[in-house]
Amino acid sequence: MRSNTGRRNLLNWLLGIWGGGVMGSIAYPVARYLTPPDIPEASTQSVNAGSGRALAPNSGRIVPFGSQAVLLIRTSTGALRAFSGTCTHLACTVQYRPDLERIWCACHDGQYDLNGRNVAGPPPRPLEAYDATEQGDDIVITRRS
Amino acid sequence: MSGRLRGWLEDRLPLADVVDALRHKTVPHHRYSIWYYFGGMTLFLFGIQVGTGALLLLYYRPSAAEAYESVQFIVGRVPFGWLIRSIHAWSANLMVASAFAHLFSVLFLHAYRPPRDLTWMSGMVLLLLTLAFGFTGYLLPWNEVSFFATRVGTDIAATVPGIGEFIVRFMRGGKDVTGATLTRLFGFHVAILPAIATMLVGLHLMLVQRHGMSTPPSVERRAAEDPRMVRTIPFLPHFLLRDLFAWTIVLALLAGLSTFYPWELGLKADPFAPAPAGIRPEWYFLWAFQTLKYVPPTVAGINGELLAVAVMGGAAACALLLPLFAGHSHGSRRIVVWIGTGALAFMALMTWLSLRGGRP
Repeated sequence: MRSNTGRRNLLNWLLGIWGGGVMGSIAYPVARYLTPPDIPEASTQSVNAGSGRALAPNSGRIVPFGSQAVLLIRTSTGALRAFSGTCTHLACTVQYRPDLERIWCACHDGQYDLNGRNVAGPPPRPLEAYDATEQGDDIVITRRS
Repeated sequence: MSGRLRGWLEDRLPLADVVDALRHKTVPHHRYSIWYYFGGMTLFLFGIQVGTGALLLLYYRPSAAEAYESVQFIVGRVPFGWLIRSIHAWSANLMVASAFAHLFSVLFLHAYRPPRDLTWMSGMVLLLLTLAFGFTGYLLPWNEVSFFATRVGTDIAATVPGIGEFIVRFMRGGKDVTGATLTRLFGFHVAILPAIATMLVGLHLMLVQRHGMSTPPSVERRAAEDPRMVRTIPFLPHFLLRDLFAWTIVLALLAGLSTFYPWELGLKADPFAPAPAGIRPEWYFLWAFQTLKYVPPTVAGINGELLAVAVMGGAAACALLLPLFAGHSHGSRRIVVWIGTGALAFMALMTWLSLRGGRP
C-alpha cells in the first residue's frame, strides 16, 4: 500500500514536471516574442532647420531631429532657442504660445518659460535644451554635449 | 421538412435538454429588476462589435502609411462603410456605458456577495478588458487626437518604478508611438483581447447560469417575512422577450446616432506636429485625464504622477477584490454604497470639469 502511494506521488511529481515543462517551453518564447527588440538608432547630433527668415519674432515651429521633435523658437527680442519638443509630463508634443510668450503643452496645460523651465501645470522637469545658431541664411540645431 | 431536420438535430445535440432547462429557469421580479438587463445589453453590444469589427477588417490596413487612408476609403467609398464604422465607434461607447451601468447596479444591489464573488471578479476583469478594447482601438484610425491620446496613455505606465520603461516599450512596440505601435495595438484589438474576452464572457455567463440572478438584501428581507412578496418570472419567454425588446431599443439608438452623428475621422496623425489644443481622450478616460491635470509635479516629496497612478491602480485592485473584504452586515453594505457613490460622484465631477474645459 505504502509503495503504491509512493509510486503515485512520484508519478504526480513527474506529471507536474512534465506539465510545467510543456507550459514553460510555450510561455518563454511567447513572452520573449512579445517583447520588442532593441533597434539601435543612428544618433543625430545636428540638423539644418531651414531658413532663418521664415521664423518671425515671437513664433516657433517643430523641427524633426532624427526621430525626435525639437521646438525651435525665435523670441520677441529675436533670440533663437531650441528645446526638446516632448513634454516631460506625459510625452505630448509641446508648442509655442505667442500670446503667453511661453511653451505650452495642450494635453495637460503644462507651461515652460523661454529657458525651458517648467513654470506651471504638471510637468515635473525642464525641457532639454539644444543649441540653435544662424549659419548664413539657415538655422542649425545642435545637441548639447 | 423542418420537423425531420429538428429530429435529426435532436438525435445528435442535447437541444431538448437546453430548452427544458431554460423553461424551468426563473428570474426574480421586483422594483429593481430593470438593472438586470444591463449585463445582457453589454453582451449584445459586444456581439455588434465583433460583427462590425469583422466587416471593417475586410478593408482596414494596419500600417502608419495606410491606416488613415483605408479608414477614409471605408467611410467615403465603400457602400455603407460610413454606417459600419460609425456603428462600431458608437457601439463601443455604448458598450462601455452599459458595462459601467452594470457594474454600479451590481455594486449598489450587493450582487457581488458570495457565492457570486467570482462572477463579480470575472465581470471586473471584463470591464478592464472593455477599456483595453477602447484604448487599443482608439489609435487604429491613426488620426491626430488618437496619436497623442495613445502617447499620453502609454507614457503613464512609465511612472511605475522599475518596470515602467519596459511596460511602455511593450505597449508601444518600441521607444515611441510609431507604426510599430499601430500594428501591435491592432493585434491586441482584433486577436488577443477578443480571445481572452470570449473565454471570460463564457465563464461569466456560466457563473450567472450556475448561481442565478441575485436578489437585493432588502427584497431578501421581505421574502424572509413573506415568501409571496417576491415574484419570479420565467426566463423563457418572459425575461428573454424583455431582453430582446431592450436590445431592439439599443439597436434603434445606435442606428440613430450613427446616421445623425457619424463618427468623425479628424486629421491624419503627424508625429512632428504639436499636440492640438483641446485634445482629450474618450469620455470614459476623461476623469483620469482631468485628475492628472490637477496633480502637482511632487506631493510630499513623491512624484505626483506616480502617486495618482498608484491611487487609481489601488482603487481598481480594491474594486476587483471587493467581495473578499466586504462584510455581510447591514453596516458594511452601507459603507460599500457610500464608497461607490463617492467614486461615481468623483468620476462624474472630473468628467464634467474636463468637458467644460476649465480648471477649478
